[in-house]
Amino acid sequence: MTTALSNIAWISPFVSIAKGEDVSGNIQTIIKTIGLPLAGLLVFLMIWQAAASNINTSLGQFPGPGDVVTQTKGLLTEHFTEREKADAFYERQEKRNAARVKQDPTYVPKIRDYTGKPTYIDQIGTSLVTVLSGFILASLIAIPFGIVIGLSANLYSAFNPVIQIFKPVSPLAWLPIVTMVVSALYVSDDPMVPKSFVTSMITVMLCCLWPTVINTAVGVASIPKDLVNVSQVLRLSYMEHVRKIVLPSSIPMVFTGLRLSLGIAWMVLIAAEMLAQNPGLGKFVWDEFQNGSSDSLGRIMVAVITIGLIGFLLDRVMLMIQRKVSWDKSAATR
Amino acid sequence: MNPLLELSDVGIEFPTPKGPFCALQNVNLKIKKGEFISLIGHSGCGKSTVLNIVAGLYQATQGGVVLSGKEVNEPGPERAVVFQNHSLLPWLTAYQNVELAVKRVFKGQKSKAEMREWIEHNLELVHMSHAMHKRPDEISGGMKQRVGIARALSMEPQVLLMDEPFGALDALTRAHLQDSLMDIQKDLNNTVIMITHDVDEAVLLSDRIVMMTNGPAATIGEIMDVELERPRNRIQLADDPQYNRYRQQVLSFLYEKQRKPDTDAPAKKAADSDDSNADKVDKKTGEVA
Repeated sequence: MTTALSNIAWISPFVSIAKGEDVSGNIQTIIKTIGLPLAGLLVFLMIWQAAASNINTSLGQFPGPGDVVTQTKGLLTEHFTEREKADAFYERQEKRNAARVKQDPTYVPKIRDYTGKPTYIDQIGTSLVTVLSGFILASLIAIPFGIVIGLSANLYSAFNPVIQIFKPVSPLAWLPIVTMVVSALYVSDDPMVPKSFVTSMITVMLCCLWPTVINTAVGVASIPKDLVNVSQVLRLSYMEHVRKIVLPSSIPMVFTGLRLSLGIAWMVLIAAEMLAQNPGLGKFVWDEFQNGSSDSLGRIMVAVITIGLIGFLLDRVMLMIQRKVSWDKSAATR
Repeated sequence: MNPLLELSDVGIEFPTPKGPFCALQNVNLKIKKGEFISLIGHSGCGKSTVLNIVAGLYQATQGGVVLSGKEVNEPGPERAVVFQNHSLLPWLTAYQNVELAVKRVFKGQKSKAEMREWIEHNLELVHMSHAMHKRPDEISGGMKQRVGIARALSMEPQVLLMDEPFGALDALTRAHLQDSLMDIQKDLNNTVIMITHDVDEAVLLSDRIVMMTNGPAATIGEIMDVELERPRNRIQLADDPQYNRYRQQVLSFLYEKQRKPDTDAPAKKAADSDDSNADKVDKKTGEVA
């Protein structure tokens, strides 16, 4: 347990102090690893507070850190009361159904879904599901495509202009087109997922495809010549060559691409959800903006901070996966 | 007796923007089974190019290479290569690196247990049993090269091609590995072509030393038979007049007959680009022969 704990950078000095090792040195490490980031945060909060008290908008004063805390609490309370209501709703249904089945054994009980509005936590969930669907879809296309064009200099030259042209396109430009195409093609009376979800997901996919394609292709193209020679001497087939040599060798670059892609995916998602009205964080921000109550700015600030935190966490998770999967541990330190 | 490997009139031209560049021409060499041949010459003279043509990694534009009556036109495990920079797959352990080769070459011929035994046997040969489950970044340069040799040996090649196998190692490690190689050679009696910069290494290990002239259009300058009795011992040989005559002969070829005039620096540049592997070591160790 202690070894597991001391592997986490900021805990290890505490562990060694507890063991009585090098107290003054460890205190310095603590100041560096915890004290400095904390000080930075504190200075930021002070500047924020000072700036906020000087900005007056038509929706009242700009929210400071205190307002954000209040609004966070408010949003959480809303979530829990909504959940209680939902639980109560299902309980009532069950009781009613049980009573009806008792009266009439042939009756097949129906459960109706609770139709209350999604809470902030639900919206975070929707956003995460949407972004991950788009990102996974993009990866499934981008990695094989990157490998194929990376293996052939000719294919790379052929596709490079297309990639370079589509790479900088903003999600806001894609969205109208995607919306129209989805509306035209995704027609069903009982859709499995809402159209707004599909639109947001595809927009995310289109925008976050490119870093993975480019980095995978570069990683594949820069496999050491020696390793390619080994593969040739062993007469590995194309698929074996890809599986045994190309894929492992380019894994560090693939992950660099995936991390960039996921970052872009998350940024794009918020814009996509705003316009596509997918019930996630983007829609939350838009609705609060349209709502224009005195709480709105505070709530939007909560969303801003949530978006930042989740983006950071997503990157950390990718880093963790990279450390698990990649043989090159040195590439995964940042 | 028919030679196992025959290079007849081998030449190669590389296309450059200024027209074709002839790196190699008229290379004729017959190698018997079990012979140990060293190729020696200044960097950029096309030694590696010869080896790469035999390996099948380059295609000769003139002449050709015949191995056991078959023309060589693509790489294959019967001509296993020990690369200068070990070329181990960094994500696999020593065992897995050898396993990749064994699985590829003996698929359907050996059972799982036999393969396992064969892999362990080859790692044993190069004295790497103790570290066979370590990855390349966890072992020293000399150990990596040992694993590289084990991988090549495990393919049971008809010809073992070694491209400056010890070039990147320090002198002591190099001596160790040369002794190991002689030990292995005593038992297996492989046919070997080795490229080297090192005159002592060439005389110590070879049955014949093939000396190459400077490029462009490099070719074989002299061939010298080394008739020292085996097993050879580096310490006894240091005092052996015969050994020193051989050394002297190679040295005089390299530094008198094929002395590189400074004026042909541009030509050297062109040749080096085709022989970049050999060049790398030169710059690092400042060593020519």
